[in-house]
Amino acid sequence: MLDRVAAVLRGLGSRVTSRLWRLGFASRFIFATLLYSGASFRRLSLTIREIYFSGVLSLIIILVSGLFVGMVLGLQGYDTLQRYGSSEALGILVALSLVRELGPVVAALLFASRAGSAITAEIGLMKATEQLSAMEMMAVNPIARVVAPRFWAGVISMPLLAALFSAMGIFGGYLVGVQLIGIDEGSFWSQMQASVDFREDIVNGVIKSVVFGVIVSWIAVFEGYDSEPTAEGVSGATTRTVVTSSLAILAADFILTALMFRGA
Amino acid sequence: MNRMTLDLWVGIFVAIGLAALLFLALKVGNLASASSGETYVLKASFDNIGGLKVRAPVKSAGVVVGRVSNISLDLERYEAVVTMNIGNQYQFPRDTFAKIRTSGLLGEQYIGLAVGGDEQMYKPGDSVKKTESAMVLEDLVGQFLFSKASEGNDKASGN
Repeated sequence: MLDRVAAVLRGLGSRVTSRLWRLGFASRFIFATLLYSGASFRRLSLTIREIYFSGVLSLIIILVSGLFVGMVLGLQGYDTLQRYGSSEALGILVALSLVRELGPVVAALLFASRAGSAITAEIGLMKATEQLSAMEMMAVNPIARVVAPRFWAGVISMPLLAALFSAMGIFGGYLVGVQLIGIDEGSFWSQMQASVDFREDIVNGVIKSVVFGVIVSWIAVFEGYDSEPTAEGVSGATTRTVVTSSLAILAADFILTALMFRGA
Repeated sequence: MNRMTLDLWVGIFVAIGLAALLFLALKVGNLASASSGETYVLKASFDNIGGLKVRAPVKSAGVVVGRVSNISLDLERYEAVVTMNIGNQYQFPRDTFAKIRTSGLLGEQYIGLAVGGDEQMYKPGDSVKKTESAMVLEDLVGQFLFSKASEGNDKASGN
C-alpha cells in the first residue's frame, strides 16, 4: 500500500521536475537566441529568407480567412443589430472586434499552424539529420545561424499579418454590409471612425500581435531544437508546437485584454 | 529561388503590411481628423455629469464642434468641471446653454450647446454660465413614484 503511494508520488514528482527543467531550458534558450541574434541583423539576407517562408507564404491563408471572417461578422452582426434598429453600428462592431481581438488572435493561430509548425519540422529534421551537429563541428553556432533568423522573421511578420487580417476583415464587412445588405456607406465608415480610437484600439491590437509573434516563434524554434532526433520525435514536436502555441496565444490574449481594456 | 525575387516578395509583403496598418490608422481609426485643427478651451460646471466621459463629443445643432478633454471635481462647490476643446472656427454667444444629452435611448452621452442670441462671444478659457445636468434615471423614477404617491394621498384625503 505504502509502496503504491510512494510510486504515485514519485511519478508526480518526476513529471513536475521534467516540466520545470524543460521550462528552464526554454528560458535559457530564448536568452541564447536573443544573445546570438546579432548575426540575423548583420546578415539580413538570412532573416529576409525566413520572412519569405513564414510571412509571404502565409499571406494567402491570412488574407482569405480575414476576408471571410469579416464577411461572416457582417452577416451575423447585421442580423443581431437590426433587431435593435441600429444596423448602422455594424461598422463599429466589425472594426472593433477585428482590431482588438480577432485580427491579432486568429492571425496568430493561423500563423502558428501555417508557419510555426513548418519552422519546428525544419529545425527538427535538421537536428535528426545531424545538420546542427555538423554546423557546430564547423564552428558555426546553430542558434545564430538557424534559430535566431527564424525567430526574428516570425516576430517581424506577425504584426504585419495581423494588420492585413484586420484590414481584409473590415473590407469583408464593408462588402457584406454596404454592398450586399445596403447599409448607408457614410454612416458605416463615420460611426466606425467615431468609435475606434487610435491609441486605445489600434496600438493595443498591434502590441498584442507583437506579443503573439514572440510567443509563437519562441515555441516553434524551441520545440524544433528540443525535439527527439527521430521521425516520431519530429512529428510529436510539430504537434506540440501547434497545441502549445494555440493555448499560449489564448491565455496571453486574456491577460493582455484584462490589462488593456479593463478600465475602458 | 534567387536572391532578387526573394527580396522583391519580402519587400511587397512589408509594404502591403505597412499599408494595412496605415489603412487601420487613417480610415478606421480616423487619426488624421482627430488631431487636426486648432482648438480653444471652454469650461462648464455641472451638478451632475452622469456617464459623460473624456473624449465625448461636443455638439451644436447636431454637428460635432469639439471634444471633452478633461473632467474634474471642483472641491469648493462640489461641482463637476468639464473642459472642452472647441474648434477655432466655431464661436458661441455668451448666453449659450451647455446641456448633457444622450444620443438615442442607450447611446453615449455628449454635451449639446444650445445657442442664444447674445452679441458677445465666449473667449478662450471662459466658463459657460448656463448649464443643465445629465438626466439621471433613478431621480426620474423617484420623482415619478413620489408624484404618484402624493396623488394617491390626495385621493385618500378627498374621500
